[in-house]
Amino acid sequence: MIATEFDLATSLLAILPEIGLTVLALIVLALDLSLPKGQHRTIAIVAGLGLGFIAALPLILWPGSQATPEGLYWGGMVRHDVLSQIFKVMVLLAAGITCLMSLDVKGVGHRGEFYLIIIVSTLGMTLMAGAADLIMAFLALETTSIPLYLLAAFKRSDPKSAESGVKYFLFGAFASALMLFGMSLLFGFSGGQTGLYQIGQYLGSQAFADNALPVLGALVLIIVGFGFKISAVPFHFWTPDVYEGAPTPVTAFLSVASKSASFALLVRFLMAVFPAALVIGDAQIKDFWVQLMAASAVISMTIGNVVALAQRNIKRLLAYSSIAQAGYTLIGVAALQATSAEVQAQAVASVGFYMFMYVFTNLLAFAVVVLFSEATGSETIADLAGLSRRNPALALMMTVGLLSLAGVPPAAGFFGKFFVFNAAVQSGLVWLAVVGVLNAIIGLYYYLVVIKVMYVDRSEDEDKPIPVSRPYVWVLAITAGLVIVLGTVGAQVVFDWAVRSAGSLFVG
Amino acid sequence: MDGTFTLPILSLIIFTPIVVGVILLLMKSDQRDLIRGLSIAAAVAVLVMSGAVYFGYNNQVNAVNANGDALSEAGTSSLATQMFRDGLAFEEKVVWVEQLGISYHLGVDGLNAPMVLLTGMVAVAGVLISWRIEDRTREFMAFFMFLVAGVYGVFLAIDMFVLFFFYELAIFPMYLLIATWGWVKTREYAAMKLTLYILIGSVIALVGVIAMVLAANNYFIGDGAQVFTQAKDSGLLSPDAREFSFDMTQLMLAAENGAFNIAGYAGVETLTFAKLWFPFIFIGFGVLAGVFPFHNWSPDGHVAAPTAVSMIHAGVLMKLGAYAALRAGVQLLPDGAQTHLPWIVFLTLINVVYGAFIAFRQRDFKYVIGFSSVSHMGLVSMGFASMNIIGMTGAGLQMFSHGVMTALFFGCVGMVYDRAHTRDIPSLGGFVKRMPWVAVAFIIGGLTSMGMPGLSGFIAEFPIFVGMWNASPNVTLQIGDFTLSNYYSIIVILAALGIVVTAAYVLRVVGQVFFGEFNEKLYSDVGDITVTDRIILFLLGTPLVVLGIYPAIMAPMIEAGLRPILAIFGGA
Repeated sequence: MIATEFDLATSLLAILPEIGLTVLALIVLALDLSLPKGQHRTIAIVAGLGLGFIAALPLILWPGSQATPEGLYWGGMVRHDVLSQIFKVMVLLAAGITCLMSLDVKGVGHRGEFYLIIIVSTLGMTLMAGAADLIMAFLALETTSIPLYLLAAFKRSDPKSAESGVKYFLFGAFASALMLFGMSLLFGFSGGQTGLYQIGQYLGSQAFADNALPVLGALVLIIVGFGFKISAVPFHFWTPDVYEGAPTPVTAFLSVASKSASFALLVRFLMAVFPAALVIGDAQIKDFWVQLMAASAVISMTIGNVVALAQRNIKRLLAYSSIAQAGYTLIGVAALQATSAEVQAQAVASVGFYMFMYVFTNLLAFAVVVLFSEATGSETIADLAGLSRRNPALALMMTVGLLSLAGVPPAAGFFGKFFVFNAAVQSGLVWLAVVGVLNAIIGLYYYLVVIKVMYVDRSEDEDKPIPVSRPYVWVLAITAGLVIVLGTVGAQVVFDWAVRSAGSLFVG
Repeated sequence: MDGTFTLPILSLIIFTPIVVGVILLLMKSDQRDLIRGLSIAAAVAVLVMSGAVYFGYNNQVNAVNANGDALSEAGTSSLATQMFRDGLAFEEKVVWVEQLGISYHLGVDGLNAPMVLLTGMVAVAGVLISWRIEDRTREFMAFFMFLVAGVYGVFLAIDMFVLFFFYELAIFPMYLLIATWGWVKTREYAAMKLTLYILIGSVIALVGVIAMVLAANNYFIGDGAQVFTQAKDSGLLSPDAREFSFDMTQLMLAAENGAFNIAGYAGVETLTFAKLWFPFIFIGFGVLAGVFPFHNWSPDGHVAAPTAVSMIHAGVLMKLGAYAALRAGVQLLPDGAQTHLPWIVFLTLINVVYGAFIAFRQRDFKYVIGFSSVSHMGLVSMGFASMNIIGMTGAGLQMFSHGVMTALFFGCVGMVYDRAHTRDIPSLGGFVKRMPWVAVAFIIGGLTSMGMPGLSGFIAEFPIFVGMWNASPNVTLQIGDFTLSNYYSIIVILAALGIVVTAAYVLRVVGQVFFGEFNEKLYSDVGDITVTDRIILFLLGTPLVVLGIYPAIMAPMIEAGLRPILAIFGGA
């Protein structure tokens, strides 16, 4: 609950990452103004390392420690708990890696404001991970989204990029409006409450009239908003076009950071406002959203995977793959229906782990795409032919990334999928797990096709090597290393962490 | 059982190829000789360790059996599980994911020790036969090493999750090996088909296994709570064991105490967990063992693969399927096995007979061997279906014997093809003149596959038939009102006729390829094989003869491994 007395020191510590981001944004801005032209690499590295450093803060400020006890801060605006920490680490690392990944990209990485915008967007995402209030949630969402619209249209000279920005903006604004409408309904029905946990309590109490319908209406509207952010079917139409048109590092950032922050908020929303125990009238609200989540998971996986089969552009392929990946994660969200707290914790943890591994996996795949398209100017899958001869290491990295997306060990994706399916089976959704594994097979097919193109197909450019500069070696090494570590010895650590994040959710 | 070795030899067996594979990837691609040298060194090291494990366990077999006798006389509770647990040697256990009861648990018993030895031999042979691969040697060898590591992992796993982990790990390098270095005409198609078939089977089995773990968990926290605490007290389970666990020992404990036979599963009154899930788990893994009608990937895959991969694939990987089906299916769901194997046996019969007939019709040398694998693997599953010690021991021996034999076959085919550049049987002929060693080896393999006494095929196939015959009076199949009884004997007769067809196609191939007229014009440049090739033939030919003459080197071990499984069926 809201701390009765306001302790400034503790409250500041609870939002230290956000403060750090603001400072970093100012530093980057100052550097951009003061450094002579041609020094953009310095800015990128400062931004990247700075974000990496900030990512370490949540690890130091462990919730439950004396300095920062777990709970609501700033008048109930943000919640400081393990769930928010794990997702903050995720988005901060994703942003840092994106900065390093962008530094040699023409028309993007050479401009200081690019890094500034990324940092501001990241600030929104970290707030999303911790938001415990309707107003905070919406502000965080918009702080995340508006910079992303800018980033998508960042290559102004490229009509595709501009189109992508506009498309993203229009869809995004529409989804935001719907979500805001849903939130305002909630605000009204709960007698003017804005805190998520208070709304949940109020809806469950006797004070609320026994009528589930308006609540369900609000729930649907909010889920539509989230559906857009995580690009779940049927709110996915923007995804392929935006992913294809946006500058590749932006696509990478968008596909991982924005998605994982949204999942954090989605899980918190469902567990806080519409907890499994909530019964209004005779309707158990849980049943309703579990159906929605399960249905959305099934169609997202199926449509994502099936349409991905037909793609020729690697970025579009990864776009549809990311739709499918959102579907797999939604299986974990649907598994939140479990009655036993332990299984519920595993469901939350499976979502957390899935996003954690997905962030690095997708960044790895996109890093290879960035390098490849910068060197060759092409983004079609067929042009990847002979990559294993042009740059064997790069082909191997791409293979690791794709295998992780497909869920093949020892890459982290195997554990990710396993945890999700396990949560589904344990919570009684065996059918959903079966649909999930069958979809994983369809997915495997198109990932394997890309791998095949890299290894088997011949091309005329085989003797032209693809250069990889030092910062990119770091990016590839860090992401690939994490993908393998998470898929083997590291799985326990992160899963343990994620399970604890679940435990901390239920305490109001 | 304390192992005589204190070092973690099983982990060394799995991780030597992985580490070498990674080192290979970090090397310069033009250091071909160094790459080959390192690969063969790793393969030989692994073979030596596998040999040490095999013979180390072989020395313990009597002690294991004596312990088993003592346990059954003492009337130990949870006898089968206790026997299984005590029969494990060289055990290693490290907690992996605690919340989900996953631990990195390896061990050897009478069932997997022969498989370990087999894998080692085929790995060495595979590296040797790939000696002349010039295209991206580094990647080929590295992926081959990963494949070997994955195969070992499956055989050595005593935790179902670890088994799956390595199962999936093994499949991917195989895809790349076939798609990249395979036979140009069909490699992409075949590699994809194989991968998808096998993965669909395995993921369905995976869901089944998660459901099994959940069922065991529900049992242990409910009715079986006492069994669980008792097992902890008696040391059968480790003191920190959790109810939710993927450990085979614990699942077996649940199975033995009837956790999977509780009626009313999934809300259907007459249904039990074992009855519902057994076909999915058994056939899910059985896909990799080529069970009809899911055998279709296998001949295509074998033909398209480069020789080394055909060898390890038909020789070892198909056994992975049979082995996992035995472990996860028969051992953990004995009740399901008794319900379903009586009809699955018909599928295996189709495997045996149909596979042999199709093999007879092939013009392509390699397809003959590919379909012969389908046929012989049918015998393995048929041996499982007998559900008695004789038949299942035969199945275990057949896994080893067929593994070596078919690797030898593919080695021979590869040697002929490398020199003649064709596999079209009618256009080959008289190769005994140019390649006498290959001819001899192929004939040994051929005689083995026909079940000639004195070779390992006989001591594997004969017990399968005897076991089936003995089992016949005890087995009935109920289809609606119609009861079929004592039909195993008929199946045996039909399967034995399949062996006759085997003899026909083997003799046809031997006659046309190695004897007959030699076409001097076409094959003037065909020379004899190299030293490395001879090592391969020797390495793979010897076990067939040794095992045929002296089956005691393996049969008692497999019997010891099967005792827990038979104990769980209710008769030790």
